[in-house]
Amino acid sequence: MAPVLVLWLAVCLSVTWAVDRGNFKTCDQSAFCKRQRALKPAESPYRALLETMELTNTRLTLQLINDNNKVRLLLELYRLQGNMTRVKINELKPLKPRYEVPDVLIREPPTEPLSLLSQDENGVVLSLGAESQRVIVSARPFRLDIMEGRDVLMSLNSRGLLAFEHLRMQEEEKVEDGMWEETFKSHSDSKPNGPSAVSLDFSLPGVEHVYGIPEHADTLRLKTTDNGDPYRLYNLDVFQYELYNPMALYGAVPVMLAHNAQRTTGIFWLNAAETWVDISSNTAGKVLLHLLTFTDVRWISESGIIDVFIMLGPTPNDVFSQYASLTGTQSFPPLAAVGYHQCRWNYNDQEDVTSVDAGFDEHDIPYDYIWLDIEHTDGKRYFTWDPHKFATPKEMLQGLMDKKRKMVAIVDPHIKVDSNYKIHNEIRSRGFYIKNKDGGDYEGWCWPGSAGYPDFTRADMREWWASMFAYDQYEGSMENLYTWNDMNEPSVFNGPEVTMHKDAVHGAWEHRDVHNLYGFYVQMATAEGLIQRSGGVERPFVLTRAFFAGSQRYGAVWTGDNAAEWEHLKISIPMCLSLGLVGISFCGADVGGFFKSPSTELLVRWYQTGAYQPFFRAHAHLDTPRREPWLFGPENTALIREAVRQRYALLPYWYQQFYHAHRTGQPIMRPLWVEYPQDPATFALDDEFLIGRDLLVHPVTEEGARGVTAYLPGKGEVWFDVQTFQKHNGAQNLYIPVTMSSIPVFQRGGSIIPKKIRVRRASSCMMHDPYTLYVALNPQGKLYIDDGHTFNYEKKEFIHRRLSFTNNILSSVNLAPDAQFTTQSWIERIVILGASKPSTVTLKTAGEWP
Amino acid sequence: MMCCQYILLLLLLGVSGGVSAVEVQRPRGVPLSKRQFYEEDKPFTCLDGSRNIPFDRVNDDYCDCQDGSDEPGTAACPNGSFHCTNAGFRPGFIPSSRINDGICDCCDTTDEYNSGAACQNTCRELGRKERESLQKMAEIAKEGFLLKQQLIQEAKRGLEDKKAKYADVQLSKNEFEKRVEALRTVKETAEQPEKEAKERHLKAWEDQKAVIQMEKDKARKAEVFLELDDDADGFVSVAELLSHSELDPDSDVSFTEAEAQGLLGGVDKVDAVAFESVWINIKEKYISEANADSPAPVETPLAEMRDNESEQYPEEDIPDDEEDDDEEDEDDDPDDDYKSPPTMQTQEKKDDEDEGTMPPYDQETQNLIDAAQKARDAFDEAERALREVDDQIKNLEKEISFDFGPTAEFAYLYSQCYELTSSEYIYRLCPFNRVSQKPKYGGSETNLGTWGQWAGPEDNPYSIMKYEHGTGCWQGPNRSTTIKLTCGKETVLTSTSEPSRCEYLMEFTSPAVCQEPSSLDSVLHEHEEL
Repeated sequence: MAPVLVLWLAVCLSVTWAVDRGNFKTCDQSAFCKRQRALKPAESPYRALLETMELTNTRLTLQLINDNNKVRLLLELYRLQGNMTRVKINELKPLKPRYEVPDVLIREPPTEPLSLLSQDENGVVLSLGAESQRVIVSARPFRLDIMEGRDVLMSLNSRGLLAFEHLRMQEEEKVEDGMWEETFKSHSDSKPNGPSAVSLDFSLPGVEHVYGIPEHADTLRLKTTDNGDPYRLYNLDVFQYELYNPMALYGAVPVMLAHNAQRTTGIFWLNAAETWVDISSNTAGKVLLHLLTFTDVRWISESGIIDVFIMLGPTPNDVFSQYASLTGTQSFPPLAAVGYHQCRWNYNDQEDVTSVDAGFDEHDIPYDYIWLDIEHTDGKRYFTWDPHKFATPKEMLQGLMDKKRKMVAIVDPHIKVDSNYKIHNEIRSRGFYIKNKDGGDYEGWCWPGSAGYPDFTRADMREWWASMFAYDQYEGSMENLYTWNDMNEPSVFNGPEVTMHKDAVHGAWEHRDVHNLYGFYVQMATAEGLIQRSGGVERPFVLTRAFFAGSQRYGAVWTGDNAAEWEHLKISIPMCLSLGLVGISFCGADVGGFFKSPSTELLVRWYQTGAYQPFFRAHAHLDTPRREPWLFGPENTALIREAVRQRYALLPYWYQQFYHAHRTGQPIMRPLWVEYPQDPATFALDDEFLIGRDLLVHPVTEEGARGVTAYLPGKGEVWFDVQTFQKHNGAQNLYIPVTMSSIPVFQRGGSIIPKKIRVRRASSCMMHDPYTLYVALNPQGKLYIDDGHTFNYEKKEFIHRRLSFTNNILSSVNLAPDAQFTTQSWIERIVILGASKPSTVTLKTAGEWP
Repeated sequence: MMCCQYILLLLLLGVSGGVSAVEVQRPRGVPLSKRQFYEEDKPFTCLDGSRNIPFDRVNDDYCDCQDGSDEPGTAACPNGSFHCTNAGFRPGFIPSSRINDGICDCCDTTDEYNSGAACQNTCRELGRKERESLQKMAEIAKEGFLLKQQLIQEAKRGLEDKKAKYADVQLSKNEFEKRVEALRTVKETAEQPEKEAKERHLKAWEDQKAVIQMEKDKARKAEVFLELDDDADGFVSVAELLSHSELDPDSDVSFTEAEAQGLLGGVDKVDAVAFESVWINIKEKYISEANADSPAPVETPLAEMRDNESEQYPEEDIPDDEEDDDEEDEDDDPDDDYKSPPTMQTQEKKDDEDEGTMPPYDQETQNLIDAAQKARDAFDEAERALREVDDQIKNLEKEISFDFGPTAEFAYLYSQCYELTSSEYIYRLCPFNRVSQKPKYGGSETNLGTWGQWAGPEDNPYSIMKYEHGTGCWQGPNRSTTIKLTCGKETVLTSTSEPSRCEYLMEFTSPAVCQEPSSLDSVLHEHEEL
């Protein structure tokens, strides 16, 4: 046992405080990336065979031929409802089927008819319906241009980088290095299918700013990659990740947004294999006239097909709804999950849980969830409890329930290989484990030692997994116990790049094809389990570390194992902003930093920042000293208490934002440019952000800061400091002096923000409390109320009203007249910002609601 | 809107002395002590004096006063507090955010008057339990305090004994010092003739060795001459010398003819006689052709690599590795001569053999040596005895001046140890010395800290002990332990935990902590008053 133990310790516990880059591949070390990147822009060898064109009501198909090797591809072109174009390219006759990503799209996207505008021997022109938009298919060489009027919005294969490695027999042609086998460190990848990479380039005229393709620890605005590696999308458990570089992290969403003052567009590259994204720009380091600028993007994936959704905006909100129509919106969490979460690796035993819980009451700090990490289990066997430390879990959960609080316990996807462990035996006997290349159950090392990995790509496996969350299956669980899926990249301590071998087998497919989907499926199955255990009544809450496009439908994500450093606090903003742009709104970073121990100042600043980010959880590594909020002296306890209380007072606003995100797909935490798309000053801002439209937050993220400079956007708009109610004009950089208690937050003039200023010890204790409306002239706002935890809102059990204030009358309109819900809450106070004292105030009641 | 709310309070006065009901009218949530500020027929002044409001706005569920004093019975003010009378138990305040939140906070249920929460009045039960436990504690304290008096007496006696002993030992120290001085003179007297005799002997041997050395050098010179004289013409030539690049005087890349000629004293070749002067210049560098092939010892970086790696493992998890570490640490020690390459060692040995070993001392010298040795042994023995006395004095000084509490009541713990066994470990506390942990089923002991200081709060410094600088933690601090002392009849380690990685917390009972019981009696009575 000892040598293997040493092996995984060496992988996951390095002494240095930085990532061991040698554990992870560069593009040069990934054979297909190296091969593809060696291709330089040139005339494309692909030619469109116009005589093969077929145009039906829903799609256009056309064959492409590679003049170098005569291999034919099939191009499918769809015009989708909502101003999108889908481009699909596959081999016309592949040796065997190539993987097409299932389950990510919420349905087969509805199409709209394409009509032929013109055709000659050079190509065809198709109308995209709206606003004189057209697709031009050029035959020789093959390229696609999407036009609006005289403007090219986007071109595909304009640099000739379309590449499609066709499936072949090994003896067919000369074998290059890395085509049929490659090794990395001590790991060998057998590649029985040979080369299968796909690649395509996109040109974006007039675009200087591109965003998205999380997860990377980098700035909001993506950088050009000419002088280094491309951005990599390959879900990996990166130990002590470094900041400001394109290395892959825990999750991958292959969606990029392109923006300029006129238009926002998006590219969704639906491929779950290892993917690299190159970005280049003709303006990098140069000053050019605006109209001449362009950005080129190139996507390279190891296997599968090309399946691209081009979202044509034109506004940021259009792109969000277009993407939401494909992959769905943020799941609507229970209200409590929007509160504060207290986590640590680990709360040692039930007594520890009880005393931390009591600590919050003693220090009058609200919280909703306390978390248990891996040590709560019986020897890292998930769905079990340590018999000594957590002997009576229901008693513990009941104790929390008595305080209207909840718990999250971790359930990771690696399953201890142990014939006395029920979960393992069931998975093995049902044949649900992922197989190794030789057909046996794949085994890797993780927390429990030798572990198997259930094949979550199988629907029957997911169904079984979900059933394990039933109260009679998951012993010791109760309705206030929720779930955390960690290590679902999947993390394999002794695997290549700390993950699974690519030649592991999922039924008909290789792990290579499905890798980036694994974590998505784990969270999907877990969330389904939590829904099923309540008979479909209660909303689930599941946190995941790995994710893919569509993961927003299943719960929250966090930015993984960060560190207690100021730079990590700063990067939490662009990391969550990037996730929000591609649909995943419920994002947060470990408050305080996971590795290392924060200074008191950093901890306080992190609470202040986290209180204004969607997922608000403190977490700490096993080896760090305790850091519950009251351990740093009364002064700092008071600062942290105040930050958490600000969060709770704003819960009505946050909850309404989640409802809105759930309905529209718009991000909750937004970059400023999303709301001010024509103001170039906002395009690269990532040290401040908006929550919804109406709150602007510029957290203090500098050590020893005496002040921050916030950009307040919007010419002619005004912003009110939420503490002092002082009014500031928009479109200016404002210097704000700060002390340790300052959290610079501004309310937009013209908004109404509902708060509950009676902060109590947990969110559900505030259920019946009255609202205070903060009315910043001349405003509109919304209020959303429901029971806070069930799916009954889908049965129209909620209140949704628009509030407006015009001609000195504050009135409200029912936005959902067919919905019904009764609340005991009332409005206790209306605070009007930017108005002078009224001489009289009249309250009129019409019907049941003022 | 809710109207202001009044409640009738039934107060139970004097739990032990029968029950009498008294009606005291005051707004909900107001303690008796503040009753006079809430008069129904007068405007209410916020308790911070900031504002006057009509009395009907007290407890109207809207916050008017900055200090929250107008809403003692509702949750309207974020900073308000609510008074629970808790008849039968202890009265108390809760934050007003806990009023009607559906959770029972006051044992008399008064905080949940409008939430629908089904609360049970548990005050009597709580009161009974508290009294019982206070009673029990009082009994323990009483007995403990008696024991403490004994401990104080013992400590006093112990201290006197130690002081007496200290005086004794100080006296005897003089004797020992004198003895050492006397024996030093004897020793030095015996060592002088010994030294002279040994030097004589050594000198004779050195002379003899020099003769042997010279002969050996001569023989080698002749041997080398033959070896160099490749063509056996009786001369060593420039060309022949050039084949030995190690002789290059400036040790650069090329060994030139001019340089070789220089070595030969400016001529092209030398005969065996003239070689004499050449030999003096080259003999240090010359490598015999027979040895030239032997490989140079190669340092492997392996040890270094393994060393780095091993630091990555928390040593407690991999006990095997700890041993490896130790070995490698020794390897790293540059002073260890056994690490030098084996070839050199054998060479030296051979040289020694060539020159032979020094002949044994003659009888006369040996007698002198024996006599001196005897004197030395006697002196060393006396010195050791003196050191022991010194140690004893130091220990006594330490014990006498040690802070064993205001009346030395903790002195009895000195040089004692107490153990507690958990499911995995045996914990051991040796007060004023160290704390350690040992796996129950084999494995080495880990130091959880050595005595640091008393660390209780200012008003009670002797309630907490701190042990620091234990074994270092992987990626963490050195282990440390906090001992909380509570009053008990027996001296026992009662619990141990590790609330934070490598920071241990133990509970320890001792009669030495027990307070005079009278002070407890007042606590017992206090809670019965309202």
